[in-house]
Amino acid sequence: MTDGIWPALLGRFTWNALAFVRAWQNPTVNEIIGAGAAMMVVLGAASVITLITVTGKWGYLWREWLTSLDHKKIGVMYVVLAFVMLARALAEAVLMRMQQAAAVNAPGFVEPDHFAQLFSTHGSIMIFFMAMPFLTGIINYVTPLQIGARDVAFPLLNSISLWLTGGAAGLMMVSLVIGRFSTGGWTGYPPYTELAFSPDVGPDYWISAVTLGSIASTLSGLNFAVTIYKLRCPGMTLMRMPLFCWTTLCTSILMIFAMPPLTVATALLALDRYLGFHFFTNDLGGNMMNYANLFWLFGHPEVYILILPAFGAYSEVVSTFSSKELYGYTSLVLATMAIAVLSFTVWVHHFFAMGQSANLNAVFGIATMTIGVPTGVKIYDWIWTMFRGEVRFTVPMLYSLAFMMTFVLGGFTGILLAFPPLDYLVHNTLFLVAHFHNMLIPGLLYGMLAATHYWFPKAFGFRLNEKWGRIAFGCWVFGFYLAFMPLYVLGAGGAARRSQAFFEPAFRPWLYVAGVGALILLAALTALFVQLWVSIRERDANRVFAGDPWDGRGLEWSTSAPPPEYNYAVIPVVDGRDPFYDGKRDGDGYAVPAGYEDIAVPRNSMVGPATGILGAGLAFGLVWYIWWLAVLCLAGIVATVIARSFIRDVERIVPAADVARIEDRWHHAIAAARPISRHHETTPANQGLAEVTA
Amino acid sequence: MTAPQADPRREKRREIRTYAIGYALALALTGGAFAAVHWPRFPARTTLGLVFGLALVQMIVHLRCFLHVSLRRSSRDDLLLILFSTLIIILMVAGTIVIIANLHGRMM
Amino acid sequence: MSAGDMRHAGINLGTTDQETHDQAEPDIFGFWIFLMSDAVIFALLFAVYGTMLGATVGGPTAASAYKIGPTFAETVILLTSSFTFGLGSIAMKHGASNRVLLGWFAATLALGLAFLGLELHDFATMIGDGAVPTRSGFLSSFFALVPLHGVHVLAGCLWLIVMMVQVPIFGRDARVKINLLRLGLFWHFLDIVWIAIFSVVYLQGLIR
Repeated sequence: MTDGIWPALLGRFTWNALAFVRAWQNPTVNEIIGAGAAMMVVLGAASVITLITVTGKWGYLWREWLTSLDHKKIGVMYVVLAFVMLARALAEAVLMRMQQAAAVNAPGFVEPDHFAQLFSTHGSIMIFFMAMPFLTGIINYVTPLQIGARDVAFPLLNSISLWLTGGAAGLMMVSLVIGRFSTGGWTGYPPYTELAFSPDVGPDYWISAVTLGSIASTLSGLNFAVTIYKLRCPGMTLMRMPLFCWTTLCTSILMIFAMPPLTVATALLALDRYLGFHFFTNDLGGNMMNYANLFWLFGHPEVYILILPAFGAYSEVVSTFSSKELYGYTSLVLATMAIAVLSFTVWVHHFFAMGQSANLNAVFGIATMTIGVPTGVKIYDWIWTMFRGEVRFTVPMLYSLAFMMTFVLGGFTGILLAFPPLDYLVHNTLFLVAHFHNMLIPGLLYGMLAATHYWFPKAFGFRLNEKWGRIAFGCWVFGFYLAFMPLYVLGAGGAARRSQAFFEPAFRPWLYVAGVGALILLAALTALFVQLWVSIRERDANRVFAGDPWDGRGLEWSTSAPPPEYNYAVIPVVDGRDPFYDGKRDGDGYAVPAGYEDIAVPRNSMVGPATGILGAGLAFGLVWYIWWLAVLCLAGIVATVIARSFIRDVERIVPAADVARIEDRWHHAIAAARPISRHHETTPANQGLAEVTA
Repeated sequence: MTAPQADPRREKRREIRTYAIGYALALALTGGAFAAVHWPRFPARTTLGLVFGLALVQMIVHLRCFLHVSLRRSSRDDLLLILFSTLIIILMVAGTIVIIANLHGRMM
Repeated sequence: MSAGDMRHAGINLGTTDQETHDQAEPDIFGFWIFLMSDAVIFALLFAVYGTMLGATVGGPTAASAYKIGPTFAETVILLTSSFTFGLGSIAMKHGASNRVLLGWFAATLALGLAFLGLELHDFATMIGDGAVPTRSGFLSSFFALVPLHGVHVLAGCLWLIVMMVQVPIFGRDARVKINLLRLGLFWHFLDIVWIAIFSVVYLQGLIR
């Protein structure tokens, strides 16, 4: 590989870059773990491809899913992506906890460099390729239905966002097999990630994947914001929107304005690494503090991008399963907006210890504590919503309750960390790690799981298994407390974060407890997969085709489950905050329209898949210095966009007769269904028609 | 503002006039800024203030005459968007300058 | 609605084309959001430039690297291109012939390309004088900010060429019109960024 042709063709790739070759040449436990992970990626991909080929589903997959511009299918694909990435990043977390438990005054089994890759991929994946796709998927599925729209404002852009995210996630997976990942953490701080200290491909993988994901999120935010501003159905004023739409709107606005700083930070780092610029280098005028500043200009709003949609989901869940109007709607809206704006004013608290003056830190510390106020308002509103309601402890409701208690706890430690003097003591320790997991696991993961359980029957037409849902819930909560409460103790005792080994025997029991907690969290994910499996097997007993299994309040429950591709045969008109709930009480919840019209839906397009694959190819070429590939893919993206602009036939008509057939079938099912009382809604007697009492 | 829509010719003339006024103003403001720097008459700080002031005015002229954004006639969504963006940009840019200057000062 | 009403920022199609007018609303709003997001990127690059003004490390400074003459020429060319594009937009709104329309766009394109040519020549001169981005943090921040604007102008030119092909092919259907409205916003937006560039970068650097 030393002659001229190979470097031109393959850039800096060598056989040694393959995890398998490394394990073959140097069969230590450390390398074998790496090769095992690579093997899982390869075998996983191969078995999925084989399965699809054997069952002959390629055509179906391509036509019905991969090229679809239907917001519902795109939403489902986002959530599937999130679960795949969750599985990988959780496995990495368990591996890290096992290593730490084994490595008190001992080397353990994972070497420092490998350990550093583990925490870098764990963080990057959990934020950019688990949390972001998860919430984007739920938003995609729910928001257009809730505002009475037929799709998002830009369906093709939606598909492009999905595929760019997917391409970037694929790149993360490829980094397990070919080459190695960054050891610079999910924040990728220079100067460590500069060429001088990390000359390998790791940081380039990180830059490429994060930049692609960041661009995709910006576009998603744009799409949702326009959808909510311009596509609401008649009568749906802003102050009548379900709260989930409000949180979607605020999250979208945060995406629009907070992702660009990340793009700038990673792009400038790339300029440093590829073209020898001096933004963050040690020499010739570079200043890494600029990077910390840019990164956290993104990083703090990002926290609220992640948490707000969960707040929205909890609002829907708590109100539905208490059979009560959401308490303090206006205050919840104002609190959401206040959080969104305030989130742009606190970023310095992520680098209190960088060296700026005490006065500056004090300003940002106070601003940080201010955010606790609107958050507190929300918690009280949810409690008051439950007060004297007909509360049912279904799985989504359990997640909501666990969230309220756990999140408040995390909030308290956040207030502690907002004191700059205290932050000086515990920054970069496990205390911080405990704090942000304490915010994000209840504030994102529980919320998205609650949302999944709540809206799953709407999306697939059958309910999820309640028993396995409860088992998974128990594991998520119990595992969380065991895994992260010890970290507060360890952090306060001085245990540095991201440590591959410890030299303090007193840490050992706490590390053991945390390790057990991590294993229980792994069991929780397993229980979720078992639940899905069991639910699919029992699906015929749990169908809710009529579409309203929980006596829902918003418009999304007024369609069949799953909804038709056009969502609404006739665009609804609303006159209140809980249009469907009130409609059922007034007797016109399921009014049959006088007639139907042709409906235009977006035609499938392969622009999304093409952009995603070319984007990933461009990134891969840049990572490995395979310049011909990068140039080719970039040209391909430009050509795809231009070619698309020449296509005029972008809509497909669903004829009125077909609409009538689909709608009649649904109305017949409603007429045949037995209404279900609230106490039996988790039994197979639930056919998706709510018993209307009051 | 509620002028009858019957006369597109008059509307067209009015629009061309808007663009022409915008173009003339833009040239004048640009020229002013360049002249202030090329033939310095004031101390450097004053000149800098003048240049930035002229730039701000010129941005408003462009928004008004070329992009047709104004406080009165724009749709509310657009105006809110632009004003909010301005707020965020001010926050980010001012914050960055203050923080990095503060760090710089403490390293002297 | 009255002729004075604006459904979205930028030139409106007005009563001359009510149907496209309705369709344009979400599309133009979406494009404004994109522009604002883009504006944040530029704003941050300006902020970084501001923090790196002093990081010349003994290399070329603003005063030694910048030249006022070419900058002024580039500015006038870009301003004029905005004016010609605006006249093109008005021509489209009021149903002028394709020849007139394409004429204005051709003029805009020529000006855009002239701007790019001058700017490239400028960069080449700087690099020839040793003011290369790898020399100092200050020059790095210059070469991230100003060429990014150039890349935007290049993208605008490419877009303009595509539209000049589409106008004869599709006539003025809704998508051509909406795309031209968006391109117009883009072009005028780049002007505003350039105002910031010549003031903050060039003129600030050249003040004696």
